[in-house]
Amino acid sequence: MSVLVYTESEQGTFKKVALEVASYAKAVANQMGTTVTAVTINAEDTSILGTYGVDKVLKVSDSQLEKFNANAYASIIAQAAQKEGSQVVIVSSSSDSKYLAPLLAVDLNAGYASNVVEAPTSTAPFTVKRTAFTNKAFNMTTINTDVKLVALSKNAFGLVENSAAAAAEDFTPSIPEFGVNVQSVDKVTGKVTIADAEIVVSGGRGLKGPENWGMVEELADVLGAATACSKPVSDLGWRPHSEHVGQTGKPVAANLYIAIGISGAIQHLAGINASKVKVVINTDPEAPFFKAADYGIVGDAFEVVPKLIEKLKTFKAQQ
Amino acid sequence: MKILVCISHVPDTTSKINFTEGDTKFDTNGVQFVINPNDEFGLTRAMWFKEKQGATVDVVNVGGPETEPTLRKALAIGADSAIRVNTEPTDGFVVAKQLAKVVQDGGYDLVIAGRESIDYNGGMVPGMLARLSNANFVNTCIGLEVEGTAVTAVREIDGGKETVSTSFPLVIGGQKGLVEESDLRIPNMRGIMMARKKPLTVLEPVEASAETASVKFEKPAPKGAVTLIDPDNVEELVNLLHNEAKVI
Ligand SMILES: Cc1cc2nc3c(=O)[nH]c(=O)nc-3n(C[C@H](O)[C@H](O)[C@H](O)COP(=O)(O)OP(=O)(O)OC[C@H]3O[C@@H](n4cnc5c(N)ncnc54)[C@H](O)[C@@H]3O)c2cc1C
Repeated sequence: MSVLVYTESEQGTFKKVALEVASYAKAVANQMGTTVTAVTINAEDTSILGTYGVDKVLKVSDSQLEKFNANAYASIIAQAAQKEGSQVVIVSSSSDSKYLAPLLAVDLNAGYASNVVEAPTSTAPFTVKRTAFTNKAFNMTTINTDVKLVALSKNAFGLVENSAAAAAEDFTPSIPEFGVNVQSVDKVTGKVTIADAEIVVSGGRGLKGPENWGMVEELADVLGAATACSKPVSDLGWRPHSEHVGQTGKPVAANLYIAIGISGAIQHLAGINASKVKVVINTDPEAPFFKAADYGIVGDAFEVVPKLIEKLKTFKAQQ
Repeated sequence: MKILVCISHVPDTTSKINFTEGDTKFDTNGVQFVINPNDEFGLTRAMWFKEKQGATVDVVNVGGPETEPTLRKALAIGADSAIRVNTEPTDGFVVAKQLAKVVQDGGYDLVIAGRESIDYNGGMVPGMLARLSNANFVNTCIGLEVEGTAVTAVREIDGGKETVSTSFPLVIGGQKGLVEESDLRIPNMRGIMMARKKPLTVLEPVEASAETASVKFEKPAPKGAVTLIDPDNVEELVNLLHNEAKVI
């Protein structure tokens, strides 16, 4: 009966999204008058889940599962849901969770709603609010199957503290064939990723060329932010594709998004609109980004950004 | 190698998004429909397999007759034949069920879909299709190579990418990176003429009931006006971000 949540970890430690989905699962469990069970794969200390409302933890530990495999992970979560008799299963919107979720939906015969941004508005019928048209609209969706699968959008619910037991027990599900095998992983270390970042600093074609990205990186450094860029910047090869954000790039749902020399085309805005606070720095007061931003500076990035870095350094030093 | 490319028929990225019938239906009035961008990258990669490795490439859409111009465009880009499953794509599961039947009957080795469509953004169809067809699945795929029966794919992950090996039957959820923006093809006159003669088969749907239902759409609350800060007083921005927005 309990709500099942998949709490992801990386090298044994929970990702922030894991604590957010746990908080969300607790809210759903309260609405349904039930408890929360988390399933973890190779997480070490699971006690922190109690702080976010998890009553019980099914701990899977298996060295075969060191690298993510959607087939196997989906099957494990499905077995956990069956064991718990869960009617609601919750996952995050990380790239791994979005990968496994449709497989899990089929395994559980569950109706699946992705990009969900709020606790259900009703549990019978089970109704959730999700984004559609790349953040240009919301869609109220009912899930009409016995088992429901929900993927929560990043940064949509936040962390909510609770106190629960997080009673851990070992769980040894059967593990299916992988089908897809990881040969190598190429991950930037020591850099904040767009997916995890609370703050994203993004540069556009207004920065004239790749040689001018030093100040973008320095600003990101001061803020502990990830760097991003507009599509033409990645198409021109000024920055890697992995930094391209927008409708056809990565989505951004940060607390703060700073756009430098970006005009604010509809396709760009669609991808970053879920960010809570938006700042634009642009020479052109008519740039559409000013209509989407919370704070704006009409000015030359080459003058404004160095000043901003300096002021932020002073601010950080005072903190 | 038999390839099937799934084509979603979506509003152009610049479309104004409005709703009708008490905010329950997307207002298609004045909206231009295009091949879903994620699918177009996949279709272009499929053309490469056709030209370099002799693959056959079919395209498929689950939808009403209004999607046929989008399928014809895919034929004009170079696909060999098109299939339309004549049913309303009510949810991701219904679409995946229809596609699973097409895949089963057609004996496809490789199905290329997009990681998500830009209208509903469900991101469900490729994975559900893979599971229903007992096929391997690689999502957010940004690179794909086939050597005989060995497949190597590159997947975008949070903070980087990983290279995986897998085999047919395979479904991928593709995106930009499968090919570059500059590789995309605009159909030429000859392609458009040829597309008119290529087969477009309409199939009746298999039984499938939706698991989810769209109740209503809402537009985001209108945004307040931007607070402008003097470029000679950037300290003010730092103050506002700290004290007012509380994000630093
Ligand atoms: C199907 C499709 C999908 C797309 N998907 C995406 C997407 O996912 N992401 C995306 O970003 N775009 C996307 N685009 C492209 C989009 O339409 C715009 O072309 C793009 O976002 C513009 O990038 P930009 O703002 O960097 O460049 P520009 O539009 O050229 O804007 C540069 C801005 O910099 C300002 N500027 C110039 N000099 C300075 C200076 N010294 N200081 C400060 N400001 C300065 C200018 O005033 C201008 O506003 C897509 C387009 C299509 C057709």
